[in-house]
Amino acid sequence: MTGPVRLEVRGLTKRFGGLVAVKNLGFDIRAGEILGVIGPNGSGKSTVMKLIMGIERPNAGLVKLEGEDISRWPSHRIARAGIGIVFQHSRPLRRQTVLENIKLALLPDSLWRLAAHPEVDVNARSIAERVGLGAVMDQVPSALSFGDLRRMEMAKAIARHPKVVLLDEPFAGLAAVEVAAFSELIKRFRDEGRAVLLVDHNVKSVAALVDRVLVMCLGENIAEGKAEDVMSSEKVRHVYLGGKLEHVGRREETSNAQEHLLEVAGLGVHYGKAQALEKISLHVHEGEFVSVVGLNGAGKTSLFNAISGLVPYAGEINFRGQCLRSMTAGAVARNGVVQCPETRELFGDMTVRENLDLGGHHLPASSRARQLAWLFELFPVLEERQAQMSRTLSGGEQQMLAIARALMMQPGLLMLDEPTLGLAPVILQQLSSALEKLRKTVKTTILLGEQNVTFALPHADRIYVLEHARIVWEGTPQRFVAEMGAVYFDDTEAHPCADLQ
Amino acid sequence: MRRLLRSRLLWIAVLVLGVAAVLPLWLSAYVLGVLTAGYYFGVFAMSWDLLFGFAGEVNFGPTFLIGLGAYTAAIVNSRLGLGIPWCVLAGVASALIGGLLLAIPALRLRGPYFGLVTLVAVLLLQNAIVIFAGVTGGEIGMTVPDVLSLSAVTNYWYALAFLVICAIILFGLSRSAMGLILQASGQDPMEAQALGFNVTKHKLMAFSISAVFSGMAGAMLAFYMGAASVGTLIDISIAVQIIIAAVLGGRRTILGAALGAVFLIGANELLRPLGQLNTFVVSALALAVILFFPDGLLGHALHRKEAK
Repeated sequence: MTGPVRLEVRGLTKRFGGLVAVKNLGFDIRAGEILGVIGPNGSGKSTVMKLIMGIERPNAGLVKLEGEDISRWPSHRIARAGIGIVFQHSRPLRRQTVLENIKLALLPDSLWRLAAHPEVDVNARSIAERVGLGAVMDQVPSALSFGDLRRMEMAKAIARHPKVVLLDEPFAGLAAVEVAAFSELIKRFRDEGRAVLLVDHNVKSVAALVDRVLVMCLGENIAEGKAEDVMSSEKVRHVYLGGKLEHVGRREETSNAQEHLLEVAGLGVHYGKAQALEKISLHVHEGEFVSVVGLNGAGKTSLFNAISGLVPYAGEINFRGQCLRSMTAGAVARNGVVQCPETRELFGDMTVRENLDLGGHHLPASSRARQLAWLFELFPVLEERQAQMSRTLSGGEQQMLAIARALMMQPGLLMLDEPTLGLAPVILQQLSSALEKLRKTVKTTILLGEQNVTFALPHADRIYVLEHARIVWEGTPQRFVAEMGAVYFDDTEAHPCADLQ
Repeated sequence: MRRLLRSRLLWIAVLVLGVAAVLPLWLSAYVLGVLTAGYYFGVFAMSWDLLFGFAGEVNFGPTFLIGLGAYTAAIVNSRLGLGIPWCVLAGVASALIGGLLLAIPALRLRGPYFGLVTLVAVLLLQNAIVIFAGVTGGEIGMTVPDVLSLSAVTNYWYALAFLVICAIILFGLSRSAMGLILQASGQDPMEAQALGFNVTKHKLMAFSISAVFSGMAGAMLAFYMGAASVGTLIDISIAVQIIIAAVLGGRRTILGAALGAVFLIGANELLRPLGQLNTFVVSALALAVILFFPDGLLGHALHRKEAK
């Protein structure tokens, strides 16, 4: 069924500062074949796509399109050579119609061809029909539904007649009906003899579609083969799902405090047409450690951003009995709700020490020094690296610095958004023990958002499970193991690499 | 064609043009003179909008290109004694070459650096003119031997015709395939490249076109005024006026930029009796429009329904 090798990747490596995003990766894709690259958030799969497209430059390795090395070419040349990409997020031309947006993809890269060839219009129309945009061709993108916007991006890729199509999480945010329609579109790429590389964090959702799967973890290829083989492979299951669940647990004193430090009721968040959160209600007691567990895209970051006052929302959020709605993001943070974002947001060109000092700039000098000494005890590596630019730290060190900087603000509630993102197991261990030490020495209230259950569970007093914008489960870690464990672990849904050893 | 006839923009343009064409019948030479200058500014603003509104690059130094065009034309005229068309051509060539020398390295830079480079270019040109006062007349400026015409009405027609021709060309370009690619390059360069467009090449082209029209308008303006001086053609405050005019009229509309320029020059003259307050009132007005109608006057009229 499959033809000759179209895309050949060998020894591909990409480093961002101290972080190795892709490590010595190699694979082939043949004409008429769909390869699924699967891995948890932060495993480097999107970087692979960007490296192939020439958006990022690899540090080492080859990318060959039909035998020709394209790995150092500029993006537009790679695109002209026959590689097309469908981005997960794109900014269409807002003032032009859907048809004109598709026409754009059909234009030659010429400075002198002012009037488009008449064929362009005909082709654009037929492509619009093919992807199911026939009825909305003359509308502007802002009038389109989320699914139709994605169709338009698909149409642009089709228009380029690529030999190789790269699809970045094509099903993210789509309803079930649309997933089926998109699967058909992707299958058609295969039937037309194109090579398809599809990136997703979830093996299950693409198992029926792909011919082969490559599982990535921390930038490395950990398994490759047929979807069912990969899913049942002991090694992958072990790496993907982690070791056994453990609850280190904190006992006593927590639940007797009846006062809710944080109370969220009926929270809803929309991004344009996409619903990120729906009727979320949760609470956190003083001194409690609450984990919000959910897959990439379930709405964890939106939840934290709403609490921090960074995105508009419907519903109520109270902190220490005070309504946060009328406060600016700055005021919320000054009130003690401190978020440590997924993206870390360090000041890359400042030293470790300067980053920490900035976090504690509101403290009097003496208590700042005390706080700093305590944090250095908690994260000894930061003390060693005080004078180093934070940009040059490794991923794990950056995460520790981000947490330490948030702690410098002496938060009433510390919100940690996916601290494990892209971190190696040994770092997870360190992070985990630092969190434990933190909770033993100082009374801290923590709200943790994680997709890595094995990391989220041990410290938690209570757990919420977030799925498709809603809270679907709430309870103690013990009950989680008993009730959700089965659901979560017999099913190869994306769960990051926990302990590799 | 049917779409063209239905377009609101076309009818606005025809209406404005009709009014502009009958103005010489009853307006005084003084008012015509103000409008004439306004029309040249209109071309400056339109050229600027092609670069900012479409290619997404903020050029803080439109007067660098204008000044190159005007001074080259003036020097060629006074030193070599060539006729006006040749001088204007020389001005265009110099603006284009100067613009390319500036843009080729500047477009490699990302973010605000392109804008900063263009800003520095204006200061450099200003200083060069002062340093080479022997040729350029320095701070006082230089007079040109030839002028377009002595009659205010003839000058008005020249300027209006020039504006209309430039508007048709620039507007046509903005609606062409090139305009589409430019907008894509300005809005999402990563995706534009992934669609196979050499973003730098297209932006460079936009800059060249902007340079050609700015240089030409600068040269024409010098021959209209009979003089070229730093204060009227190159100073940063002139650059700021051009930018305000384009934003005021409506980003990404081309024609709005011309309207904005005429409006701004007109308002400046109208409010002249206010003395010192004049600039203040005009600036406050511009600020209010930018704050409340970020799409500009024409942009607001045309795209009211567009979601942000």
